[in-house]
Amino acid sequence: MTLSMIQTKNLAFSYSGKVNFNFPDISLESGQVLLITGGSGKGKTTLLHLLGGLLKAQSGSIRIGDTNIESLSDKNLDKFRGKNIGLILQQSHFVEAFSVLENVVLSSWLATGQKAEEKATSLLTELGLADQMTKLTSRLSIGQQQRVSIARALINEPQLLLADEPTSSLDDENAFKVADLLSKLSKEYGAALIIVTHDQRLKDRFSNQITLL
Amino acid sequence: MIVKLAWKNIWFKPLNTILSIILLTASVAIISLLILLQEQFEKQFSSNIDGVDVVLGAQGSPLQLILSSVYQVDAPTGNISYDEAKTWMKHPFVKSAIPLAFGDNYRGFKIVGTTPDYLEKYGATVSEGKLFQKDFEVIIGSEIAKKLNIKVGDKFFGSHGDAAEGEVHEEFAYHVSGIAGPTGKVIDNLILCNIPSVWAMHDAHEHAEENPEHGEEGHIHFEGDEHEHHDHDHQAETSEQGKEITAVLIKFRNKMGFVTWPRLIAQNTKMQAASPAIEINRLFSLFGIGLQALQYLAYGIMLISGISIFIALYTTLKERKYEFALLRVSGASRLQLLNLVLFESILLCVVGFIFGTIVGRVALLLISSSTDQEYKMTFNPFAFVWEKEGILFLAAIFVGLLAAAIPAVKAYRLNISKTLANA
Repeated sequence: MTLSMIQTKNLAFSYSGKVNFNFPDISLESGQVLLITGGSGKGKTTLLHLLGGLLKAQSGSIRIGDTNIESLSDKNLDKFRGKNIGLILQQSHFVEAFSVLENVVLSSWLATGQKAEEKATSLLTELGLADQMTKLTSRLSIGQQQRVSIARALINEPQLLLADEPTSSLDDENAFKVADLLSKLSKEYGAALIIVTHDQRLKDRFSNQITLL
Repeated sequence: MIVKLAWKNIWFKPLNTILSIILLTASVAIISLLILLQEQFEKQFSSNIDGVDVVLGAQGSPLQLILSSVYQVDAPTGNISYDEAKTWMKHPFVKSAIPLAFGDNYRGFKIVGTTPDYLEKYGATVSEGKLFQKDFEVIIGSEIAKKLNIKVGDKFFGSHGDAAEGEVHEEFAYHVSGIAGPTGKVIDNLILCNIPSVWAMHDAHEHAEENPEHGEEGHIHFEGDEHEHHDHDHQAETSEQGKEITAVLIKFRNKMGFVTWPRLIAQNTKMQAASPAIEINRLFSLFGIGLQALQYLAYGIMLISGISIFIALYTTLKERKYEFALLRVSGASRLQLLNLVLFESILLCVVGFIFGTIVGRVALLLISSSTDQEYKMTFNPFAFVWEKEGILFLAAIFVGLLAAAIPAVKAYRLNISKTLANA
C-alpha cells in the first residue's frame, strides 16, 4: 500500500476557546481530488488554513509527504509551505507592482531561491496566459487572475494543492475551465488537491467529498 | 529579489514616493550645502591668516581692517603714514612685516603695492616671467591670468579705486613681468607691484588733476592735501618721505607682541593693531548662529520627510496586508517581510540622499560663480567632507529605519490566516 500524500489525525482547533472545531481525518494520495463542503461557520477555511500551515492546530497531527508540519519551527514552516503547498484563494491577491510573470517567478524565488522563469513562462502558456505575462495583474479579468494564482500555486510543484472557493466569483464558463485545469494539472504535477467549496458546480463534478457538520 | 520588489513597490505609488523624496532631497541638499560652505569658507579664511599675527592699519572697525587687508573683500579703513608705520615695523618683537598699499584695480582685480615677502608669505612662486623689480612692473595672480588670459609682457591701465568702472589712469601702463603660481589663497586674485608704483601712479594722477577728489578712504594720496599742492617738487622719482600706505601685515617673534601690541599701538599712535584670528573668530561666531539655524531647519525638514515616509508606509499597509499574506503563503518568512518594508524606506532615503547631495552641489556651484564675481572667492562643489557627510548619510538612513519601524513590525506580526479568512 502506498503511503498517502497527506494524512491528518484528530485535528482540533478553537478560536479563543469559544468556537471549537473537530475535523474528520483526511487521507489523500497524489493526483487525487477531495472536496470539502459544508455550511458557513463550519470551519472549512479553518481546516484549509490548518492544512496549509497558516494556523497551528490545537491538537492532532498533519503529515504531508513524510513531514509532520506541526513539528516545524515557524521559519521552517514558511519554507516548507513555499516548497510543498500551493494555495489558491477565493480572491486572488498579487504583488501589484509586479507583472504576471514576475508574480509567478517571485513564488519560485521565495520558496527555492531560484528564479524559475522558463518554467513560469511555460506554465502560464499552458494556462492560456501567454499574451498577458508582462501586464500588471490588476489589468487581468478575474478569470485570468484566478489562472495566474493557479500558475503561482503550481510553480514549485507542490505535494499538496489547496484551493479555497476557487470558483465562487467566476461565471460558469470560467468556473468549469478552472475546475478542469485544477484537476488536470494536479494530476500532471502529482499533487494532492483539496478544494474547499460550497459551489454546486464543483460538487457535481468531483465525487470524493467530505462535508463538515 | 527583495530589493527589486522594494524598488518596484516604491515606484508603484509614485506620488507618495516623490513627496518623500522631495522632502529628503531638500533637507539633504541644505545640510550638505551648509557643510561644504562652512568647511571651505573656514578653510579659505584660515589659510589666509597663516603667518599674520596682527594687522597694522588706520583706526576704524578692526574687522573691516582684517577683511580689507588680509582677504581683500572690504574697503580699507584708511591710510597710515609710512614713516610712522616703519618705526613700528622695526620694533624688536616683529619678525616680519609686509607693507600693503592699495591703489587701483584692473577689471575689478585689486592692484596691491607690496614687497616680494607678500608672495613668500602665501607660498606663491613665480611660475612664469620674473618678480616685479622696477616701478609699474606687476606680478599677476594665477586665477587672473587664467580668467583674463594675460601673458607675460602684456600691458594694461589700472582703474582708480576698487571699482572696475573707476576712472582709468592713462598716464602709466602696468607691465606684466610675471605670473604667480596657484596657491588657492587670495593672492591668486591679486595683481602685485612694488609700493613706489602705487605712489607714482597717484603722484602723477594728482598733478594731472586740477581739482583732485580727495577723501575716499583707502586710496593712496599724497600726504599733503590741496593746500600743499603747490609745494611739490616735481621729481620723477618717488621718495618715501611723507608717503602713505594702507596696512602692514605683522608676524611676531613671540607671543609678547600679540598681547601687548594692540594697547601699545592704540595708546601711542593713531593706528590700530587688529588680530585676524580674533576678528575671524568673531565673524564665524556671528555666521555660526545663522548657519546653525539653517541646519536645524534642514534637520526639521528631514524629520518631516521621515513622517511622510511613515504615513505613506502605514496607510498602504492596510491595502498591502494581502500582498504580505500572499508572500508568506508563497514561502516568505516574517523576517523577509520586515526586511522588505525596511528596505523600501531605506531605498527612499538613499535616493533622497543622492539627489540631495547632487542638488546641494549644484547650489554650491551657483553660489560659487556669484561669489567668484563679487568677492573673487570660489568654492569647489566636487569636494567631499567625508566625515560630516557620512554622518548626514547615517542620519538619513536612521530616519528611514525609524519611519519604517512600526510598519515593518506590523508586517512582521501579520496574522496571515486572519487576513486571508477575512478577504
